[in-house]
Amino acid sequence: MHELGITENIVAIVRDHARGQPVTRVSVEIGRLAAVSAEALHFCFDACTRGTELENARLEIIDVPGARTCRDCGRETNADHLPAPCPCGSWNTLTTRGMDLRVKEMEIA
Amino acid sequence: MCATCGCGQKDHSHNHEHTHHHGHGHGEGHAHPHPSGAGGRTISLERDILEKNQLLAERNRGWFEGRGILAVNLMSGPGAGKTTLLIRTLGELNGRISVIEGDQATSLDAERLSKSGAKVTQINTGPGCHLDAEMVARGLKELLPPPGSIVMIENVGNLICPALFDLGEGARVVLFSITEGEDKPLKYPHMFRAADLVILNKIDLLPHLDFDADLAEENARRVNPEIGVIRLSATRGDGLDEWRRWILDRLPIREHDRA
Repeated sequence: MHELGITENIVAIVRDHARGQPVTRVSVEIGRLAAVSAEALHFCFDACTRGTELENARLEIIDVPGARTCRDCGRETNADHLPAPCPCGSWNTLTTRGMDLRVKEMEIA
Repeated sequence: MCATCGCGQKDHSHNHEHTHHHGHGHGEGHAHPHPSGAGGRTISLERDILEKNQLLAERNRGWFEGRGILAVNLMSGPGAGKTTLLIRTLGELNGRISVIEGDQATSLDAERLSKSGAKVTQINTGPGCHLDAEMVARGLKELLPPPGSIVMIENVGNLICPALFDLGEGARVVLFSITEGEDKPLKYPHMFRAADLVILNKIDLLPHLDFDADLAEENARRVNPEIGVIRLSATRGDGLDEWRRWILDRLPIREHDRA
């Protein structure tokens, strides 16, 4: 359940910028290949924000699709889970998108 | 010249159909304002969620590099044989290794390892399921490994969470035992993708199990085409030579570089 630690980091980054002002929305980008569960993040967010500027904030999770480039045929194709072969059949791929774990923006009242 | 794409043609369109739309619907009824300018103020942050750990990991990495120390992050599920392998490794590289031992609770492993005479620091993560860079930094202050030595960091037995947290190590090793099944790398792809080496442990049990070691290796390479593989038995000693060489090859200050 590393989502607890991930959420603590999100809350720390936002609080750093909020400086006591109430936050109404926090938006984060989570890649589909980043091994982080959106459901668990929402659960942890409620627990981690209690008694802080983020107490009434809504957590908005932006889902970033995954992609990888094939080292054999050179094509870039979408991938929503790991591991998955390239449509050409090769497993020799390099993940190019979908690893994101990013606090994008916040809204203060 | 077209100012959008830089081609020679002057008048052509860069518009194209965008057939799907990103709905802004609310399935469950809940009220919140949708102001633009009125009230709410949006602040762009664009910050990596794990940046704090990343910064501390880079600090650890510099600390190791400055002292010519090789730090190895040793990861596996519970019971794959990390501690037994470490005890054997301490025997192989006597006096050159110290250990940071991560467990949720108890100092049982640290006590086991201390018997071999090595310096060991125990870190209990409590509710945490992995070591992070800050814990390792704390452990190092206590351990004070000498320059040119090897620090083995035994991570918490868990095949999921430790994959995400850089500790500042120079090499990542994932251990899995043949009693766990050939499909382990496919089931826990993040861990195997993040590793430099996979150790297939307990191969002394091969005659007693229906385990296809070649398939296990192939599965690890499917997840991570660059991963190295060593077949090993920590109890019987198979593969220990190869493992020792693998470690020594990665030491920042090699034997022949000295003097």
